[in-house]
Amino acid sequence: MSALPWLHPDRVALLERLLRERILIIDGAMGTMLQQHQLDETQFRGERFAHGHDNAHAHDHPGSCDLKGNNDLLTLTRPDLIRGVHEAYLDAGADLIETNTFNSTRISQADYHLEHLAYELNREGAALARAACDAMEAKTPDRPRFVIGVLGPTSRTASLSPDVNDPGFRNVTFEELVTNYTEAASGLIDGGADLIMVETIFDTLNAKAALFALSELFHQRGTRLPVMISGTITDRSGRTLSGQTAEAFYYSVQHARPISVGLNCALGAADLRPHVQVLANTASCFVSTHPNAGLPNAFGEYDESPEQMASVIRGFARDGLLNMVGGCCGTTPAHIKAIAEAVRDCAPRALPSDNAKAA
Amino acid sequence: MMPRYTRLSGLEPLVITPDLLFINVGERTNVTGSAQFKKLIKEERYEEAVDVARQQVASGAQIIDVNMDEGLIDSEAAMTRYLNLIAAEPDIARVPVMVDSSKWSVIEAGLRCLQGKGIVNSISMKEGEDVFLEHARKVQQYGAAVVVMAFDEQGQADTCERKVEICSRAYELLTTRLDFPPEDIIFDPNIFAIATGIEEHNNYAVDFIEATREIKRRFPDTHVSGGVSNVSFSFRGNNTVREAIHSVFLYHAIQAGMDMGIVNAGALMIYDDVPQELRERVEDVVLNRRPDATERLLEIAEKFKAKKGEAVVENLAWREQPVRERLSHALVHGIDQFVNEDTEEARQLSTRPLDVIEGPLMDGMNVVGDLFGAGKMFLPQVVKSARVMKKAVAYLLPYIEAEKLRTGDMGKNNGTIVMATVKGDVHDIGKNIVGVVLRCNNFEVIDLGVMVPAQKILDTAREHNADIIGLSGLITPSLEEMSQVAREMQRQDFHIPLLIGGATTSRAHTALKIEPHYKAPTVWVKDASRAVGVAQSLVSKDLVDHFMAKIRAEYAEVRERHRNRGPGKQLVSLEKARSQRFNGDWANYTPPTPRQPGITVFDHYDLATLRPYIDWTPFFNAWELAGRFPAILTDEIVGTQASDLFRDAQAMLDRIIAERWLTARAVIGFWPAAQVGDDTEVTTPEGEKLAVLHHLRQQVDKPVDRPDFSLADFIAPKDAGRQDWIGGFAVTAGIGIDAHVARFEANHDDYSSIMLKALADRLAEAFAEHLHERVRREFWGYAADEALDNQALIDEKYRGIRPAPGYPACPDHTEKATLFRLLDATRHTGIELTEGFAMYPTAAVSGWYFSHPQSQYFVVGRVTREQVDDYAKRKGWTREEAERWLAPNLDYDPD
Repeated sequence: MSALPWLHPDRVALLERLLRERILIIDGAMGTMLQQHQLDETQFRGERFAHGHDNAHAHDHPGSCDLKGNNDLLTLTRPDLIRGVHEAYLDAGADLIETNTFNSTRISQADYHLEHLAYELNREGAALARAACDAMEAKTPDRPRFVIGVLGPTSRTASLSPDVNDPGFRNVTFEELVTNYTEAASGLIDGGADLIMVETIFDTLNAKAALFALSELFHQRGTRLPVMISGTITDRSGRTLSGQTAEAFYYSVQHARPISVGLNCALGAADLRPHVQVLANTASCFVSTHPNAGLPNAFGEYDESPEQMASVIRGFARDGLLNMVGGCCGTTPAHIKAIAEAVRDCAPRALPSDNAKAA
Repeated sequence: MMPRYTRLSGLEPLVITPDLLFINVGERTNVTGSAQFKKLIKEERYEEAVDVARQQVASGAQIIDVNMDEGLIDSEAAMTRYLNLIAAEPDIARVPVMVDSSKWSVIEAGLRCLQGKGIVNSISMKEGEDVFLEHARKVQQYGAAVVVMAFDEQGQADTCERKVEICSRAYELLTTRLDFPPEDIIFDPNIFAIATGIEEHNNYAVDFIEATREIKRRFPDTHVSGGVSNVSFSFRGNNTVREAIHSVFLYHAIQAGMDMGIVNAGALMIYDDVPQELRERVEDVVLNRRPDATERLLEIAEKFKAKKGEAVVENLAWREQPVRERLSHALVHGIDQFVNEDTEEARQLSTRPLDVIEGPLMDGMNVVGDLFGAGKMFLPQVVKSARVMKKAVAYLLPYIEAEKLRTGDMGKNNGTIVMATVKGDVHDIGKNIVGVVLRCNNFEVIDLGVMVPAQKILDTAREHNADIIGLSGLITPSLEEMSQVAREMQRQDFHIPLLIGGATTSRAHTALKIEPHYKAPTVWVKDASRAVGVAQSLVSKDLVDHFMAKIRAEYAEVRERHRNRGPGKQLVSLEKARSQRFNGDWANYTPPTPRQPGITVFDHYDLATLRPYIDWTPFFNAWELAGRFPAILTDEIVGTQASDLFRDAQAMLDRIIAERWLTARAVIGFWPAAQVGDDTEVTTPEGEKLAVLHHLRQQVDKPVDRPDFSLADFIAPKDAGRQDWIGGFAVTAGIGIDAHVARFEANHDDYSSIMLKALADRLAEAFAEHLHERVRREFWGYAADEALDNQALIDEKYRGIRPAPGYPACPDHTEKATLFRLLDATRHTGIELTEGFAMYPTAAVSGWYFSHPQSQYFVVGRVTREQVDDYAKRKGWTREEAERWLAPNLDYDPD
């Protein structure tokens, strides 16, 4: 599939050139920023969902339910807020912006009886981020900004049983996930994403389904986008939720020939470091990370300050581990700004193949 | 460019590098190859079916092949169910899976269950290029490597030429029409049955081997694999001959470049172990060396035939032999399964029960002894042999006792040896191994255990009319105690030989400090493998004089050399050494403040967390297998033994962790500290004095730019105006070990008992390593973002050190008392100090933490009387006390 031509060859060439020049900055958390607005149920619903379901699709709706907490829905009901968050991160120095589509799959939207929105949420999510990036890029043409179309993990796991009494049971199949991800990725591509990122991977089999869906989709469309892959080491055991080490994880997804592989979420930067190091040692592609702002405190809040986080990340960068860096849960534009400043004078990690050429 | 290695994964990575030589793919989870597995799947006994996979991995399968191709099974459903079940078992799921089916739909069902990167077995061009390429593309999308069978539209390739031709065509298609990575291509050039009686089949193995050679020459990044058991199909029912064929076939195929194979991982025979006669005839068949090769193999095949029954993995042909040979076989191979019935049979054939020991059992042990002496057997095997011997003897004991009562006949042995770990010391792994080896050679060994006072050793020797006394010890104070025992033996007019052994003992120490005190033979024994030779020489009237003349001459020479030490090793004065102290650049350096000062206690620490921190090299050394881990596993000489031992160790470690045999406890502490001369003052945060730590200083004559170190140098001086800190720790992984050791010993199982002690030691060391890492990252926290793998930890590539009292940087063991007092270590961890300052349980480590970036390990080495006097004054000791505790470090002979 990597023999297929790029959908946006110039953008990819630009991105690959920049990645060799410096460490690129990814944005920070969306949820953390939205929480600050303390939105209520009415705001989440907006006009179209005023009655707790989609007016446009009333006929295939089983009934109304609360929509508060469905952050991805705000792409449709409060696009101004989402655009505002994107802009705040762009102002803070982000080169790459993640779409507000973490839960925009059929499986995840089923919790709100909004399965039918999956494609639309992805397309609109990508379009919003695209507009924000294009506006910024128009102001500073020498600094291109890229849209990362986000495919989240969904709320189910393909290689773990939810039933402790039956380890062979699964509540989702590979094929269902492929269908979900195909639909979501189509929306992201149609909305104008520059890249697709399969992220917050708890279970590598889910990610493999997403990568399978992408390769089929690219194959059908005859053209492809660069793919980023970002796994999640769930705790200090140093493994993913489904039990893989970082190295095993990379080998499981390497076939997709991603532009980057990395780790995000669950841990703060300091605890992620040994695992990012493993990827930096083994990966033949670029390496990314977007850690949380430390570990959650007793109230579930993240309180690592921008300075603390940036100083740890600077250590990563100084030791040549990074090509892209940003933030996950608990991070804000202030964090991203501090990180961008901290890594500014650090050279990016060289690709092993580039090293070989130099040698 | 990164090397083109195949990178597979289960929960853990498997990178196929050339040094792995040959990848074992477990074949038992295959319904077409195993009747037992087929039965389990058909009857939906999935739990037991999962155990088959577990056994495969435990016996060394690096990948497991799963095949559900059976007419009466819903293969897709069975494949899905089975792979989902093993995904939930971390000890199985850690290895990659080979999804094996002749039906594409079953392969796809399997691939949809694999989170790791597995292997598809197989695809081929039998339905043409389009289908082949479509399947290959899917394999790539699912993220797997692929086995390509040498099969095309015309059929399966059987000649070398066709095999090479088809594989080459497949390679071209995969790498040009798709961009399939070459390293993810595994060719299966078809292993067919040989010696079938049909002449055309005779060259099949040669065709495979030669095709392999050519394929690997053309496409060096690819691999060659095959289903090995096919080759011997015509000998089904005769597992011995089949395994011999597999072994010979693999031997030649691997040399030609075959680097993967589907095999019964538990039943691989070593090429050298195939009996000579059989091997020769098998080789004729495999290499097609003579027209009558098949007939000639058939002629002798019956002779090697084993009992039938697939469940028996090991070769049981030896069970058909007379009881004498059976016992000998059991001893040489360390098989204790049949020992009671064989011993009983031998007893019934003997006039006296003692004849069984003196006859067949001793004969068997003599074989073991000879093989061991010749370097053809290694210590772990000998210990297993001894387990068989002990069980046989235990079985006979009641009969022997009855016989003794009846006749008064005591039987005879090579001699009686009283062994003990000396007073103040608790280390006994080495001593136990020596005991086992001596027992194997028909010595009666009376093992008095650990911390044995001199008088008890001597009394026991008198009481049993012992022929030899053996002393063992690990810590340096034991050296002095051994010397004391020697003096006592002389004073009490003993005349029997004295053996000295243990990690800190040496020929030089024995020659200089022990032998001069005792007139009868005194001999240092380097390791267990020497013990038998030494003991036999000493008890033999023919050998002893010549042997001792040689030893005495050697020791005299050592003493002579010691007396004539050249002036080149002259030490410098204490004042000069101090003037050359290490400079911590205190004006420009701010010592880090611990994040968590004071005492922190850890109880029931998770052993699974410690496991990856184990440094295995010393484990193998404890078993006298020399070499570094992991290279030792594939070592030409000890590789097989080391691998067996490692497997047994892993299996026991699994149980230690799962069944909580051992409890790990630790305590750490950090206190404000300041350097005062060569001492360190430790205080409370409020400045109240807690203790003074005393350190020794190197007195080596060095150039001015190279410091003469003392540990005190790594702490900021009191007048530097810097607040510095010191840390301390004590860890153990040995709480609860005694009950399990007792259990093994009651079962005459020294092998397991020694194994457990060695593993507990490793866990304690791993604990110390792990905790030090946490200290650097969390509790002291001066290296919060350190990221080192285990090898880097073993190589000490981190900032800060953790020297232990009694070891080279601080050789005075008595400082451990201060450490234990500061930590209140006995109360917090259960570790006790003996009067010789050894720690009990022995699986324990304690020491100091220093954080200075330039702090380093060093060897204090020899010290002058001037420093001894100075040190005695600081410690509040007399000179004699100081000389006793510092004996190994003295640069002079005390008065």
